[in-house]
Amino acid sequence: MEYDIVIGMEIHAELATKTKIFCSCPTTFGADENTHTCPVCLGMPGVLPVLNKKVVEYATKAGLALNCKIANFSKMDRKNYFYPDLPKAFQTSQFDLPICVGGVLDIEVGGETRPIGITRIHIEEDAGKLIHEGADGTLVDVNRCGVPLIEIVTEPDMRSAEEARAFAEKVRNILEYTGVSDCKMEEGSIRFDVNLSVKEKGSDVLGTRTEMKNLNSFRALERAVHYESKRQIIELKKGHRIIQETRKWDDVKGVSSSMRSKEEAHDYRYFPEPDLVPIVISDEEIARAKAELPELPEAKKARYVSEYGIPEYDASVITTSKVSAAYFEEAVAAYHEPKLIANWLMVDIPAHLKERELTMETIPFGPSALAKLVELIKSGAISGKIAKSVMEKMFEGEGDPEAIVKAHGWAQMSDSGELEAIIKQVIEDNPKSVSDIATGNKKAYGFLTGQVMRATKGQANPQMANQIIRKLVEAQIGKTE
Amino acid sequence: MKISNEEVTYVADLSRLEFSEAETARMGEELGAVLDYVATLNAVDTTGVKATEHILNVQNVFREDEVGQSLSNEEALANAPEAESGCFKVPRVIE
Ligand SMILES: [Zn+2]
Repeated sequence: MEYDIVIGMEIHAELATKTKIFCSCPTTFGADENTHTCPVCLGMPGVLPVLNKKVVEYATKAGLALNCKIANFSKMDRKNYFYPDLPKAFQTSQFDLPICVGGVLDIEVGGETRPIGITRIHIEEDAGKLIHEGADGTLVDVNRCGVPLIEIVTEPDMRSAEEARAFAEKVRNILEYTGVSDCKMEEGSIRFDVNLSVKEKGSDVLGTRTEMKNLNSFRALERAVHYESKRQIIELKKGHRIIQETRKWDDVKGVSSSMRSKEEAHDYRYFPEPDLVPIVISDEEIARAKAELPELPEAKKARYVSEYGIPEYDASVITTSKVSAAYFEEAVAAYHEPKLIANWLMVDIPAHLKERELTMETIPFGPSALAKLVELIKSGAISGKIAKSVMEKMFEGEGDPEAIVKAHGWAQMSDSGELEAIIKQVIEDNPKSVSDIATGNKKAYGFLTGQVMRATKGQANPQMANQIIRKLVEAQIGKTE
Repeated sequence: MKISNEEVTYVADLSRLEFSEAETARMGEELGAVLDYVATLNAVDTTGVKATEHILNVQNVFREDEVGQSLSNEEALANAPEAESGCFKVPRVIE
């Protein structure tokens, strides 16, 4: 029996507002416990929540960027449940009239484009943080309570772990570009829940689904989907039933397990929030928000290919992050060699960043320095090999590439007289190579070039060195080609 | 219409309430009466009447995204029956 995997996703993203959704407490991450609270977000009786204007603006932009229809009329509802991370005993969310509905996002996996439906996007408040370790009880930090979230709910349109990952990455990328969320996975500002079921291949009947919450990296998400789909298929093959449940993904062990905690029957008894009034957005406001959207990754990618002439692959790698795209554009503006600049941004720079635990946000030199480095290579002032050493120094904070080249005496040897003297010596020291060439073994040229590069510590201009080597060897052999 | 004991117990459970048998029976009667009273609305002919999405005829009340004064940690925890390490402390919850 063959099976199809059916995946839907819920994505929570914290909005990049300065203040919480219903009160003026700050949203900054990492503050001391319970220092960003007020009677509203502590859930004191008798307080009046007032919706943050920016939340509506950001949710509208997110919806437009994800090709949703923006509702002219939406409202807030109470979702009731008891859990200590929620002092009010209800979460203010949206139930039947969310702010965005019916979007779609195309993803590309294995050369195939697949549309993934977005059911809805609604606004809601985040819950507090529970600290379990050590204490005999559970400790509650309310700082995160009331931080604004959007929840993006998809249709069950994804069919593999690769598709799920591609979709998650694309949504994160778009939200980051749109500037509505900082999307820092390590701070939990974007979180992925996966609903997964399997069904007999070709069947219209969906299987029972399980849910895995708060997958906190793309790798974890992909692995969790692989594991859980295999697990369900094995269960079905054994003749077992799949139990509808929430499962916990253990990324260290690489397994999912049932969360056997006393999971409540999910009966949230939603009802309209009487303290908050409806949100009405006019078509003019929607049009204005649309006009304000920045260039999104897809459009940027297409423009890089057409305007800068770099390969599509390069364009998609660079546009995966808003910061690296901006860096690229600035470097190209400073020195117009898009492909060479793209190469550095795709290979050497990521390797250095990884090794030094830096990111494009914390890279120690600006795009004009990278442009300068590329210019030095292009003009023949330094060799490609030396350029790598220069970059090393740039990462070590030595600053301007031109100054580094000067300070280390790395300028390429382009003085043909000086180079010719060195090459003469190399040829004299390697008579075997010359006789090899004389008998037709052209490979010996490569050996001689290597010796010259070694003798000059890599500072010889390779083209010039090759020319001189040929000239001198041929003169010695006494024949021309 | 009486609400069944099972239903009363279910709703009580969701609300973290506990009733004796006698209380459960009384709740069933009383909640039933409340629902019957609300159900009188069903007698009204609402053909052609737009559905009410919200009871208030007001819309778009917003605040600007400007940081205000939050409470100090001491103030925030002042009413907490139990606190520890700057946090509210509740009976242990297992994730
Ligand atoms: Zn507050």
